[in-house]
Amino acid sequence: MANLFEHMGLEKERLHFSWISSAEAGKFVDVATDVANTVEALGPIDKFVKKVA
Amino acid sequence: MDQLTEKIRELASTLLKDGKVDMVIGFADGTLPMTSRPFLATESDKAAQLVWNSFCSLNLTNYITGRKEKIALFAKGCDSRNVVNHIVENKISRDQLHIIGVPCQGMVDKKAILKAVGGEITGLCEEGDKLTVSSSHGDVELNKNDYLRDNCATCTHRNPVIYDELAAPLVEEQTVEEPFADVAAIEKMEPVDKARYFDNLIKDCIRCYACRNACPLCYCPTCFVDESGPQWVGKGQNPTDIQTFHFLRAFHCAGRCTDCGACEAACPMDIHVRAFTRKLNKDALELFGWEAGLDTEKRPPLDTFNPDDPDEFIR
Repeated sequence: MANLFEHMGLEKERLHFSWISSAEAGKFVDVATDVANTVEALGPIDKFVKKVA
Repeated sequence: MDQLTEKIRELASTLLKDGKVDMVIGFADGTLPMTSRPFLATESDKAAQLVWNSFCSLNLTNYITGRKEKIALFAKGCDSRNVVNHIVENKISRDQLHIIGVPCQGMVDKKAILKAVGGEITGLCEEGDKLTVSSSHGDVELNKNDYLRDNCATCTHRNPVIYDELAAPLVEEQTVEEPFADVAAIEKMEPVDKARYFDNLIKDCIRCYACRNACPLCYCPTCFVDESGPQWVGKGQNPTDIQTFHFLRAFHCAGRCTDCGACEAACPMDIHVRAFTRKLNKDALELFGWEAGLDTEKRPPLDTFNPDDPDEFIR
């Protein structure tokens, strides 16, 4: 899915997949922070966004 | 009448007369030159309406989904791969089918002929590779191989992969050096150009869903686009909704698409809808070494788990 998203012009960095156990609080924080940072760096998205008048 | 059509009528008529099948699915002539329509014959005298030519672009597997009768089906290479899909996905059982393989030399792109000839086409006569097109501008002779649909030009499964009998001798398979050159070209683009390419591609889409209806893979009782509770995608002409429809339609075909081109043949707006599924076919081949519909014993890659499955995307 990530591949087709990227193929259609969505930056790959916007879509993240991870496997985190409920016992891995530290990993969860790390991944969430990293997702937030990379997406923030890319700026607001203008594709696949539906604007409701 | 050409030899193949004659053979097809004879086979169909015998099968129906002997009561071996309840129905024969093939093609009949359409109402305009260069068109064909799917034809379901249930009596032997109806078999005389069957034809076979270079415009039998639709995929007949679409018409066997969930059928209860014993059916004889004329299948090109791609149709036969979709029959395999149907058997794997329990949409029909192998014992219900009498598959008559029709080795294929490629189907002709009607739209390319229209473009080349210009005027209104009044008739077309086919002899081997020679197409004689009559139009309001007079007669033109064209070589069929210059006007193949592009999925046929890169097809490496012209012979049926599963059949009970053949209507014609097997043909030599093509070797294609770079079957996915078109996809690779898009992959090289920058994200913004990719987005522009796809925006431009589907700008004419009228959401008629002909691509979905012509596709043998799309057999859900209620398609996600028709569902209203929950409503997965807006039903209007909003560009994002159109894009979502195409994206999801393609993804439902991931690892199942045989690139038969029925979607494009059915599209009234001439949209290259295969641009979406082609990428997934390329991925299926590169990531899973998979080409759909070749083996009734194997499940499609997104339907199974294998410890060796690529997992670079997950962390």
